[in-house]
Amino acid sequence: MTTKELGKILTANRLSDGEVVFLTRSAAWSERIDDAVLSIEPQSQAALQEKGELAEAGNLVTGAYLVEAERVNGYVRATHIRERIRTLGPTVRIDLGKQVEGTGGAFAARG
Amino acid sequence: MYRYDEFDQQFVDQRVTQFREQADRRLRGDLTEDEFKPLRLMNGLYLQLHAYMLRVAIPYGTLSSRQLDRLAEISEKYDRNYGHFTTRQNIQYNWIKLEETADLLADLADVEMHAIQTSGNCIRNVTTDHWAGAAADELADPRPVAELIRQWSSLHPEFSFLPRKFKIAVTGAPADRAAVKVHDIGLRMHLSESGERGWEVIAGGGQGRTPMIGVTVREFLPEKELLPYLEAIMRVYNLHGRRDNKYKARIKILVHEIGADTFRDEVEAEYARGSEIDIAVSQRELDRIAAYFAPPQFEELPNWSPRNEEHKATNKEFAKWVRSNVAPHKQDGYAIVNISLKPEGGIPGDATADQMRTVADLGRRFSFDEIRVSHHQNLVLPHVRQEDLFDVWQILSAADLATANVGLASDIIACPGLDYCALATARSIPVAQSLSRRLADVERQQDIGPLRINISGCINACGHHHVGHIGILGLDKKGEEFYQITLGGSSSEDASIGKILGPGFAGEDVPDAIETIINTYVGLRQPDETFLSTLKRIGAQPFKEALYETV
Ligand code: SF4
Repeated sequence: MTTKELGKILTANRLSDGEVVFLTRSAAWSERIDDAVLSIEPQSQAALQEKGELAEAGNLVTGAYLVEAERVNGYVRATHIRERIRTLGPTVRIDLGKQVEGTGGAFAARG
Repeated sequence: MYRYDEFDQQFVDQRVTQFREQADRRLRGDLTEDEFKPLRLMNGLYLQLHAYMLRVAIPYGTLSSRQLDRLAEISEKYDRNYGHFTTRQNIQYNWIKLEETADLLADLADVEMHAIQTSGNCIRNVTTDHWAGAAADELADPRPVAELIRQWSSLHPEFSFLPRKFKIAVTGAPADRAAVKVHDIGLRMHLSESGERGWEVIAGGGQGRTPMIGVTVREFLPEKELLPYLEAIMRVYNLHGRRDNKYKARIKILVHEIGADTFRDEVEAEYARGSEIDIAVSQRELDRIAAYFAPPQFEELPNWSPRNEEHKATNKEFAKWVRSNVAPHKQDGYAIVNISLKPEGGIPGDATADQMRTVADLGRRFSFDEIRVSHHQNLVLPHVRQEDLFDVWQILSAADLATANVGLASDIIACPGLDYCALATARSIPVAQSLSRRLADVERQQDIGPLRINISGCINACGHHHVGHIGILGLDKKGEEFYQITLGGSSSEDASIGKILGPGFAGEDVPDAIETIINTYVGLRQPDETFLSTLKRIGAQPFKEALYETV
């Protein structure tokens, strides 16, 4: 049976190299979207945003923001194509980025 | 080519040291992102979708072989073995790490290059005709003046915090290959009856969300008055340009809001007031700079090469390439070789490290050590002996650099779009790729004739869609990419802004739509008519009818 939850995840770019990262349940930053903590309630989304601001202040990441995402059978996918491209790498260079580095998550950018 | 003097080298080296300290402080947490961002942008370092992106300045699109070799090396050392040549004759690297950027900048400084003023509200890299110093129709090489402007505008204290970015383009030929009418300032060389050189000064052109054609502020400005006059324009802009709204801050809005006549009066009044410091350049200094751009030691050759003719007669592919990619040179026996970075299904403007090396090597062996970057995102070998064309073509072919489509339908300009760019609303590269596959047949393209298809991934118009004969703008409609088509733009001497044809299309429908437009033109054109002249004669209606009935 397919389970699907809608919510928000927190994403940013790592300060040192710009790599796209996601906030995890254990408050670390992961390169994989599937590790992202999906927050469904507005309150917990606000808390997530706060964590992002703290992390920015701690100079680990930069430009943290919430994005809409869904979790399907345990895998996370961003709703908007822009974020899906960030999650995977350029659609025109499928030999580059997370999609070939094993950190791309379970979904393709399109569809 | 211009060589850095002590001052140039010192300031570039100093900037590397400065940036190294700034980046270290940022990484240590001594600077916040808000404090650091303007500093990194002053050095061309952006944060894009996947990583940092570095935009490296290529002054007026001129490179030596050594410099291009270094750009290749940098792409291997700090990036992923490729670079992207842009519509501003620059190169961008897409996968840069902040912690390595200072080392990269030091490697650039070592070959007299940098990334300064490739971002921010300052005077950006000056662009010019990519055939400068070689074109058969040229009055004179515009690069000495471009270099003069580079020196004047580099770190100019008064013009480092303008209301908005500022772009200057220069051309020395009657055929405008530098798009001077769609720049903040465009300069066009004219000769007086006595042969004295002067410049038509055009201001207030631009693309972006409010595209405009520039207006002529002075018909003929003697060359020695150029810098003081430019300074007067900059002052009027700096004083009156809007700083309250970034969408209304470019000089084009000022010129439009106060009107061309008032703007002209303001500039002339400012110019008449003069400056405390006389910055007019002496003939001696102009001559000193011009000497760097002295023509290479051309051989005396007939303007006809039997070897070249023979290869054209026996090799159809070579003949097609010569027809599309080789342009006449001002020197008998020489030719300009345009290298297409638009292979069928490829990414416009991208070149691998190996390809860059191939071109650098060709430059060294066949083109007096010179390479150019065009704003069409192609490369140029400006001075090749006609005798050598076949050898050059063979080497290019082996490196997948011999696509015979320069100036034709599949020579598509496309910005990075949503595949890389943080500001994008839609992807542009995949549209260019599918179109270039659809239009790949070179004979058909040659029959269609000159055609510019330009694609931007958002309203900022880095892909110059407003001035494409056919322009394509990628937008976001409720989370879906869709594409608006414009017709009738041009960035040449007959500059015009394209007009929207009608409702937009989904990405997968764009190739059919463009095909319909092209077929409509081919069906209705008269002998010798180009796409633009047919459009001018019959208007957009037949295209609209064909498009919205069939797609
Ligand atoms: S036009 Fe838009 S999408 Fe394209 S490069 Fe410029 S800002 Fe990015």
